[in-house]
Amino acid sequence: MKALLLIAIPFAAALVAALWRSERTRPWLMPIAGLAHSVLVFWMLFDPPSFAPGAWLAFDPLARAVLPAASLLFLACAAYGVSYLRIRAERSNRVFVVLMLALLGLLSAGHQARHLGVLWIATEAVTLAAVPLLHFNRTARAIEATWKYLLVGGTGIALSLLGSFCLGYASLHGGGGGDLTFAALATQGAALSRPWVLIAWVLLLVGYGTKMGLAPMHTWKPDAYGEAPGIVGAMLAGGVTTVAFTAILRVRAVVAAAGDGGIADRTLLAIGLFSMLVAALFLLGTRDFKRMLAYSSVEHMGILTIGAALGGAGVWAALFHVWGNSLAKGALFLSAGNLRRAAGARTMDEVGGLAVLAPRSAAIFVTGMFVVTACPPFAPFFSELALVRTAFATGHGLAATLFLACLLFAFFGLTRLVFAIVDGRPRRASRVPGQSIPETAGVVLPPLLLLGLVLWLGLALPDVLREAWAAAVAQLYPGSPAP
Amino acid sequence: MTSTVNLLIGVAMGLNLLALGSSRLPSVIRSVAVQGMVIGVMPLLIEEHFDWRVAFVAAVTVGVKGFFIPNLLSRAMRSAHIDREVEPFIGFVPSLLLGAAGTIAAVAGARALPLLPEHAGTLLVPGALASVLTGFVLLIGRAKAISQVCGYLILENGIYLFGLLLINATPLLVESGILLDLTVGIFVIGIIVDRIQRAFDSLDTRKLTVLRE
Repeated sequence: MKALLLIAIPFAAALVAALWRSERTRPWLMPIAGLAHSVLVFWMLFDPPSFAPGAWLAFDPLARAVLPAASLLFLACAAYGVSYLRIRAERSNRVFVVLMLALLGLLSAGHQARHLGVLWIATEAVTLAAVPLLHFNRTARAIEATWKYLLVGGTGIALSLLGSFCLGYASLHGGGGGDLTFAALATQGAALSRPWVLIAWVLLLVGYGTKMGLAPMHTWKPDAYGEAPGIVGAMLAGGVTTVAFTAILRVRAVVAAAGDGGIADRTLLAIGLFSMLVAALFLLGTRDFKRMLAYSSVEHMGILTIGAALGGAGVWAALFHVWGNSLAKGALFLSAGNLRRAAGARTMDEVGGLAVLAPRSAAIFVTGMFVVTACPPFAPFFSELALVRTAFATGHGLAATLFLACLLFAFFGLTRLVFAIVDGRPRRASRVPGQSIPETAGVVLPPLLLLGLVLWLGLALPDVLREAWAAAVAQLYPGSPAP
Repeated sequence: MTSTVNLLIGVAMGLNLLALGSSRLPSVIRSVAVQGMVIGVMPLLIEEHFDWRVAFVAAVTVGVKGFFIPNLLSRAMRSAHIDREVEPFIGFVPSLLLGAAGTIAAVAGARALPLLPEHAGTLLVPGALASVLTGFVLLIGRAKAISQVCGYLILENGIYLFGLLLINATPLLVESGILLDLTVGIFVIGIIVDRIQRAFDSLDTRKLTVLRE
């Protein structure tokens, strides 16, 4: 019941927002709904509800392990959104607010989906809901980015539908009665038709991998993140990609139950490392600080995928990393939005001296960069450390070495660009100091709060989260000892 | 019953080749529309006994794929004053050859896959694979946004054909959810096509090249 409420609250708020008349007060619906959602989801985190194994939607251990992070991220984005939409008062915010709220509802549905078809419907709807958000700015560049997002994302999602059908057919061929919940598919196990399972795995990995932004299906990401408002980029990079990741985890569990876990893990490891490598190379080359965040996101999706390939302990580290990545990406995208407005441009050729123009946002941005490059004492350092240790412990020494090398290159790339735009004098193209937008509490506190949370997760990881991630691992790897 | 279904799938596969080989956008749109109608009525033929819910899904599919979306595309085409695909990335003859090779490969490949006895005699799997391949060739090989949308539609038609294998297994709720999503998806694409036309005064995606490293 509460599981459905998590989906219903945002949708109800979206409906209210659609009917709300005042442009000035409508954005407040986002933080109100976000707060209600967060309170409910944390209540459920501490007091997990029971659910029927055959339920289509349920707050199961995997949803419990990731959904609170998405909820927190949305709350911060919503608080920021109130100030952001006030700055952008020249444009009607009805569609924006409605779709942001719908996005939260669909994210809750996607994380909680325990049925192959429902999962696909939720992910596809998330993709579509993001489209008008992406081209909120209506510039030619934004339209170009939206078109690429639609074509690449649409194709990916079509392939995941084909993959879902193939998995369904594998069950049908193996004598299944047409119950397409993940629990039923996993119970069928070795009876699933093997060729169809393998075809389904490839298609679903490519399909949901596109949504996640794994290389080489990541091409939509730099364009979309570069042109979208910071708040939308934060939700995409920290929330939407995570839904695709839990989708891949759920599918992997079925493939493993069918006896092909080894193949699944090898492909995950390969695609994860490839994503990290591609991201590291592009990070060394890009000159645009919003596109930089997109490549950083590709890198972190690679890290998650590698974690998923390393068995129970790896998945535990990956779920930890989901939290660190979601919250840190939120802080980065929100502060990047401030910097973009302060500088009036986005490439290191045009922007400089942001430490003078927007000192608070620049400080958050630089700290956020250290967070995503896994500097202690922030959470990503500990999750990546756990991941590397697991990799060495499970005999993936070469993969761990490549992983560390990619992290190092990514660090070079990120620091190169970040310090180029933060240091020095403001450029001629930049706005005149003093006349740029004031850094009000509304646009500085939300990213700061997210950074504080990442720090807290690094310094004092709450036991309830450790336990939640272990429970999720136990759900995905039935029969294996808890890490 | 199977022979009628196979005949219709054969028609759909023929329409794939027509869409690949023609340079005039109206005929590409028309092939996609006819293909949409052909696959839209198929659930009625596959389902043994008449069911009003299946009939409803079929009617919606025919309406959306056969009339609504093609109309949307035709209107976009007229307002952009284009009716021809000039200089595609993959030429018409090569794409036709690719499509033909893909169709043959699909028929051969489908034999290698394990199928339930009731599906072994149908062309559903080869038809689905051939349409997916055709869709990809159009998506990659054409420069005009409208042709790419047509490619996407053919890709989707192929997936729809494949979904018919599961028609007795998937609950109607899921089916209609999928159908709704696809419809909204195409609708959103239609809106963006319109925006491209207004912003760039053209539907040539070659103009969309500002964003790159």
